[in-house]
Amino acid sequence: MNFQLIGVNHNSAPLEVRERLAISETQLPDAIRTLVQQPGVEEGMVLSTCNRVELLTSSQQGSDLRGFIRVYFGVSPDALNSHIYEFKQREAVRHIFRVASSLDSMVVGEPQILGQVKEAYAIARGLGAVHSALDVLLSRAFAVAKRVRTETAIGSSSVSVSSVAVQLAEKIFGSLNNKTVYMVGAGKMAELAARRLMANGVGKILFSNRTHERALQLAEAFGGQAVPFEQLHETADRADIVLTSTGAPEFLFRREHGERFLARRRNQPMFFIDISVPRNVDPEMDRLDGMFVYDIDDLQTVAAGNSAERKKEAERAEKIVEAEVERFALRMTSLAVVPTILSLQEQCETIRQAEIDRIRGKLGAITPEQEAAIDAMTRGIINKLLHTPITTLKSSASEPEAATIHEIVRRIFNLNSGKSNK
Amino acid sequence: MPLFWLRVALSLYGVGLLYAVLSLWGGRPILTRIMLPAVGLGTVFHFVAIVEYGMLGTAVAPSFLHQAESLLAFLLMAFFFVVYFKYKTASPGVAVFPMAFLLTVFASAPSSLLSSPSPGVSNRWIIIHVGLILVGYSALFFSFFASILYLIQERNLKAKATSGGFWSKLPALATIDEIGYKCLVFGFPFMTLGLIAGSIVAEARFGSSYFLDPKILLSILMWVVYMVLLYTRWSAGWRGRRAAYLAAFAFAAAVLAWSVNNGWHRFIAP
Repeated sequence: MNFQLIGVNHNSAPLEVRERLAISETQLPDAIRTLVQQPGVEEGMVLSTCNRVELLTSSQQGSDLRGFIRVYFGVSPDALNSHIYEFKQREAVRHIFRVASSLDSMVVGEPQILGQVKEAYAIARGLGAVHSALDVLLSRAFAVAKRVRTETAIGSSSVSVSSVAVQLAEKIFGSLNNKTVYMVGAGKMAELAARRLMANGVGKILFSNRTHERALQLAEAFGGQAVPFEQLHETADRADIVLTSTGAPEFLFRREHGERFLARRRNQPMFFIDISVPRNVDPEMDRLDGMFVYDIDDLQTVAAGNSAERKKEAERAEKIVEAEVERFALRMTSLAVVPTILSLQEQCETIRQAEIDRIRGKLGAITPEQEAAIDAMTRGIINKLLHTPITTLKSSASEPEAATIHEIVRRIFNLNSGKSNK
Repeated sequence: MPLFWLRVALSLYGVGLLYAVLSLWGGRPILTRIMLPAVGLGTVFHFVAIVEYGMLGTAVAPSFLHQAESLLAFLLMAFFFVVYFKYKTASPGVAVFPMAFLLTVFASAPSSLLSSPSPGVSNRWIIIHVGLILVGYSALFFSFFASILYLIQERNLKAKATSGGFWSKLPALATIDEIGYKCLVFGFPFMTLGLIAGSIVAEARFGSSYFLDPKILLSILMWVVYMVLLYTRWSAGWRGRRAAYLAAFAFAAAVLAWSVNNGWHRFIAP
């Protein structure tokens, strides 16, 4: 089975090129149908997001994906040579694993891509364009993505968000000693961030919550102080860092609040970490000198960009993907050649038995020892004769001419009939 | 001999200059490791040169202007090291090294300029006046550059993306702010006393008409902006953009005051 992948992504091609190749959701079924009509293509799917356009196919003899680009987009693929990447077999498997695991994303670890791959797969499957080998490949890709997500912290925004919050706070305030944190709301992620800030030296922590009870509980747990929610705007300027994570549907802090805080703080900078969705802090406030407002997206962008932690996790994820590619390649190898090997062995065994039966009459009475010797000898001959074809079959699976070798073996040993024909 | 030491210092400052240029042009400066020892050694040799000049006697030779340039360069380097050891940042070097290098180039050039300051003025007062003003200048320069770094760091933080290179390795915003502010507070008394000392000399020599000298007018303007800077800082905690504009204005006045009349007063005859 040949896997082939051709595509462009945010690294290989600028937006203008990606736009030209992008396939909208409504055009997708049509594109998939065109793809599977290409000569040689047995199965195919199309992944088109704002960061990438990729075509993935499986075939016996290899398929002409560049031909598809010429036909479908009406552009010469040669003109796009510097932007297009093409992967075959193992490389294609690795690529689709990396894409699904969000290792190939612009923001490594971002969670949307897996959903997008799943959707592309579902559409192709619905059209019958994906049914056997690609089905196996994609199911595996989703399993790998899940494994990467659970075994590494690459997608865990709570880990990275809190470390980025600390990192940014230190970039603004230098040392966090004697700084005050104000935690508004009681989100899990905000709590983690607060804990992290405390561990890095933040001296004082205030809590405010619509349910004052909760604020009191937190204040007790952290050794901080609870402030009634109604006094939020009168007290917020006491904090250097404000962490918001309430479910409020509108902004709790607007630009004019920011202006007032700055005046009361005599222009000392304030850092707003807004972990809530919808946002609690008006992004307009960020325009004020000395106000730094980071929402969850900003934090994640920073996290993806520079966090050493993230890099380490990505390395671990790459290792997982590599191991999975290895496993998948092995599995594909065996999947493809196992029936052939089995029928080969079966056929030889049949011949051997027939020959033994034929010669038994001529030999007359023989001792069990002699019988065993004959058995062993014939077996030995067959095993020795079959050794090379079998190992060649096994090892050729990853090579481009695998299908040819496979076919030749089947023809030479006449395996194309009966139940061995899959 | 002092000139020789000065030129040794100059070549060592050259390493600093190279470091500054490479840092600004992105990429990881390979010079980072040798930069500090080089400019440190340069500063030591520079000090030796200044002391030897001083021991040459009361005469301000070879040229008083060159002496002043040399002293200013030395003070900038000394400031750099104070800041470096206190705040563990070499970022100001990007501005200080080229500045110190240039000043030292001028200072170590063969002197062809008039060597005497305003004739007839007591050398001791002149030296006190110039020395104080130069300390003030160095502090002002640091404060000005700190406010630029503040703006850059603020922009980095507001851009919400980490860029690589030199500008992403700046000290924390609060640290930059502190450097700028402390330099301001430190430099102000020197500047004030320096101007007073200068006024005493000029008053004694020329009477009240000394006021008409453009250099003096500029110096006074600079001093006023300096004071506004401090006042807005104390009263309203001005920092960031507004403080940077003021600091830039004060600095421009300082540079003009320095360069007007080739570094010397040209008093209008009474």
